[in-house]
Amino acid sequence: MEAAVFAVFAATALGSAIAVVAHRNPVYSTMSLVLTLLSTAVLFVLLGSPFLAALQVLLYTGAILVLFLFVIMLLNVGRERRLPGPVPAQTWVAGIGAVVLFGATARLLLEAQGGRTTAPLSEEFVATRSLAELLFSTYLLPFEVIALLLLVAVVAATWVARRPSADEEKTP
Amino acid sequence: MSPELVAALAKTGLWVFALLQVAPVMLWLERRAPAFMQDRLGPNRVGPLGLLQGIADAVKFIFKEDVIPAGADKALYLLAPALALVPALTTFLVLPFGPTVEIAGHRTALVVVDSDAGILLFLALASLGVYSLVLAGWSSNNKWSLIGSIRATAQMISYELALTTAVVCALVPAASMNLSAVVDYQRAHVWQFLTQPIGFFVFLVASFAETNRLPFDLPEAESELVAGYHTEYGSMRFAMFFMGEYMSMTTLSALGVTLYFGGWSLPFVDFSQFSGLVQALLGFGVIMAKVAFCLFFFIWVRWTFPRFRYDQLMRLGWKVLLPLALLQFVVTAALTVGGVL
Repeated sequence: MEAAVFAVFAATALGSAIAVVAHRNPVYSTMSLVLTLLSTAVLFVLLGSPFLAALQVLLYTGAILVLFLFVIMLLNVGRERRLPGPVPAQTWVAGIGAVVLFGATARLLLEAQGGRTTAPLSEEFVATRSLAELLFSTYLLPFEVIALLLLVAVVAATWVARRPSADEEKTP
Repeated sequence: MSPELVAALAKTGLWVFALLQVAPVMLWLERRAPAFMQDRLGPNRVGPLGLLQGIADAVKFIFKEDVIPAGADKALYLLAPALALVPALTTFLVLPFGPTVEIAGHRTALVVVDSDAGILLFLALASLGVYSLVLAGWSSNNKWSLIGSIRATAQMISYELALTTAVVCALVPAASMNLSAVVDYQRAHVWQFLTQPIGFFVFLVASFAETNRLPFDLPEAESELVAGYHTEYGSMRFAMFFMGEYMSMTTLSALGVTLYFGGWSLPFVDFSQFSGLVQALLGFGVIMAKVAFCLFFFIWVRWTFPRFRYDQLMRLGWKVLLPLALLQFVVTAALTVGGVL
């Protein structure tokens, strides 16, 4: 049962991830990304962490990707046009990234084959209550630093989006 | 089939059965109730008191021609109304309607998914509802629809924030994200709308915005946008948006009842003297009775307040409701730490 669920959602995640980059229409790409994130959320549940799954759906599919769609619609981005040729630098960077990622995944798989596996997720990390306790005791400093970082981003965004004051409008 | 599977199917079936009854009843109530408020009769020809009007409407919806506009994006146009039912038909999974009871020799919790991340699952699934509105507007290839969608996106994201903060306040005294614990806390103490009036007010206002009901129905404001995001839809596809809206109102009301009005419990009444099956039915009956009042309240408000302007809506959400919810959070946290709650 569990293996079947894993197979279905892992395949969906991979297939829709390919569709994200392959599809020409940005709205379809975004919807494929929604499907990818939902499938990985199911995989999180299978790993025993409904908390992480709920957060992923709540934050990524429920908020961030909705804003993606919002921007695509507001700008009325049409179908992607094929450029005359690939940009050389892009090809190189993408190639190096793909090789590094493939190498890392292959190494992980080989290690798992050789019997060396990572420690299973302990109940301490998975249960909502103990996760909260860890966040607010052991990892309090990083947690607060991230909050501060987000605050800086919000302030900056507000500054960029503000209405220019009267004397700023006169000077170009 | 294992007993767990049977129990889960039975509990899900109970909810789905109740949710499917909501749309026709609300269709009738939404015409008759305002008619009496305005000293009219309302539809009273089909069946006694016009009660069969819902069936007549359903037949009409089914037999109407299903038109797909020429310029529409066909796949997404067909997908959008189906997505409208997703949050409505999934969020009830974490709502409890009774304690853990023994039925036919098996102990079972009277909630489909008894998870410590319960409320997060509810909010996560509810947040998917905006996709149906956005895709409907975009795929229709119609300017009114698109404007409705863009309004819906901004509105639902803005009010989700205030709603979530108010919900967090309601979880603090019970110290759990499991909704059964919130109900248990209220059974041991008092209903939370008494201890958290500000949080309850924020939840109430935000739930009107989340379900696109008047006075916040700007995504479909018929006097400005024809019908907003569902302008191009007809027949059963339009009916699905309709059903989705009523079912979302129901599940959101059920969440509000669970957080602020004691959920399935009644004050001064102890259900534990009855057998497990009776407790389940009583609990479900109580929560549905409370929800029925909430649904009537939705209609009552709709025919009482005029629609907000869009800038007023945004200002209310960000500058009034969110600070109020944060204030409630600070107060509740201080009272809980101080041992008052």
